[in-house]
Amino acid sequence: MRNLWSITKRELTAFFVSPIAYIVVAVFLFLGGSFFYGRVQIYELYTRQMMSYGYGQPPNVNQELILYFFSFSLLVLIFVVPLLTMRLFSEEKKTGTEELLLTSPLSVTQIVGGKFLATLVLYVVILLFSVLIVLFGFLFGNPEFLPVLSGFIGLLLVGAAFISVGMLFSSLTENQVVAAVLSIGTLLLLYFIYYETYFSTGIVKAVIGAVSFTPRFENMIQGNMDTADLAYFLSFTFFGLFLTQAVIQSRRWR
Amino acid sequence: MIVVEHLTKKYGDVTAVRDLSFTVDKGKIWGLLGPNGSGKTTTMRVLTGFLSASEGRAAVGGFDVFERPDEVKKIIGYLPENVPFYPEMTVAGYLGFVAEIKQVPGPRRKEAVARAIESCGLESVGRRLIRNISRGFKQRLGLAQALIHDPQVLVLDEPTIGLDPAQIVEIRQLIKSLRRERTIMLSTHILQEVSQTCDGVAIISEGRLVVSSSLAELASSFGGREGVVLKVRRGAREAAASLRRIRGVNKVEHEGNEVRLEWEKGLDPREEILGIVSAKDLGLLEMRSAAPSVEDLYLKVISGGTIQ
Repeated sequence: MRNLWSITKRELTAFFVSPIAYIVVAVFLFLGGSFFYGRVQIYELYTRQMMSYGYGQPPNVNQELILYFFSFSLLVLIFVVPLLTMRLFSEEKKTGTEELLLTSPLSVTQIVGGKFLATLVLYVVILLFSVLIVLFGFLFGNPEFLPVLSGFIGLLLVGAAFISVGMLFSSLTENQVVAAVLSIGTLLLLYFIYYETYFSTGIVKAVIGAVSFTPRFENMIQGNMDTADLAYFLSFTFFGLFLTQAVIQSRRWR
Repeated sequence: MIVVEHLTKKYGDVTAVRDLSFTVDKGKIWGLLGPNGSGKTTTMRVLTGFLSASEGRAAVGGFDVFERPDEVKKIIGYLPENVPFYPEMTVAGYLGFVAEIKQVPGPRRKEAVARAIESCGLESVGRRLIRNISRGFKQRLGLAQALIHDPQVLVLDEPTIGLDPAQIVEIRQLIKSLRRERTIMLSTHILQEVSQTCDGVAIISEGRLVVSSSLAELASSFGGREGVVLKVRRGAREAAASLRRIRGVNKVEHEGNEVRLEWEKGLDPREEILGIVSAKDLGLLEMRSAAPSVEDLYLKVISGGTIQ
């Protein structure tokens, strides 16, 4: 555990001395903030229309504002998380520091775990900032709290899964751009493949439905906490980390 | 302290190291000498646990490299060919990190970093970022990180590569000063490095061991003989035939217009040689003494390979 923490500490400092982390955080928050602002304007328009007609229910803050924000965040994360993970192993391989790590009395699991933890910490920091955005919904409206909470838990889980995919591709190449592009491509595929279930039937539909994270995430941001979805995200993450570990382990046997 | 037995390492179809065996005793500095691409780095990577072997066995400090890798990693300090740095860290910060992952216990870490900085002469750059320090300091830092956990065995891959002549001398002295109780194995493709720093040498070529012995033994195995090289204007081939008949001369080789002769120490047939040369009117251009040496052996090994 102490070894794992040594790796985590170093990775965290590496994140914060490199401009990438700041840029990624800034872009994510700027996009999220702008989008949220746009939805607030639409929401206001609806409300005014309702008031001028003088009938009907006022629009729901959760449905019309926060739900959209979560869905939009998912799309941004597909592009942003691979930019955080791309250097994790590629850079070590390129500069030769992997030789230092792998000839130290550390296990590969500790190295992979340490790097995962560091990225997760950074990711949680990003999420905490985006909580501030959603907070405005609570300042000026009266949304339900629990769906918002389960939405953020969804973001946390989906982020962890994305990190594991990014780490896997980073362990496969010494080129950071290649790692990022492959991760983004894979995540986009897993995102869009869900829409294929509208057109397919039988086993194909079942497999695609089981693989894609989109419906499970939708479920969580709607406020439905399902243990099946939790199990999906956790096993997804562990599987990604396991493969990463196996890739690095196997490099000894070239 | 270091035992390598029948080690073979293949990368796909390419065999980098072939049935390599040698031992290095405790407290010795051993050079791993060979041209570029002869398998030095691969051998060291196997010893340090970075790579697995295809066949054979290796042990460091009594621990099998493949069965007890963690024990081996604890007692080895390793300077890879490309010194492993995180350029965004400070010198002291980096050494602190290395101390952590090399399992130096918390309370002793500060002291370990200070000791490594001092013994490698890094005091003036301790707070600088690694990306901003010079090549010479980086190489010293590489040594410092290898030393941080006070290992019994040091494995140094080309420790003087890319340095200027003054820095090379410094690093060699530093390596010698590090020895004390340690066993050191360093790789190089420069013969002088071995004769100036090492107690013994393992010469490898194309992944195979040519010889492994102490420098003293090597010198005595060649020491019993003397020789000259003649450079003549014409008739080197015919001269070789008649020179071979001189009593005591037991080796005559000719190449181009040069003839190399060797004889048992103490006989000194140089006057006879000159007699034959002038009788045959060969047009002597040069005659220089050339005792067979480790250098000849090495040059023979690397002919065809690259050397600086």
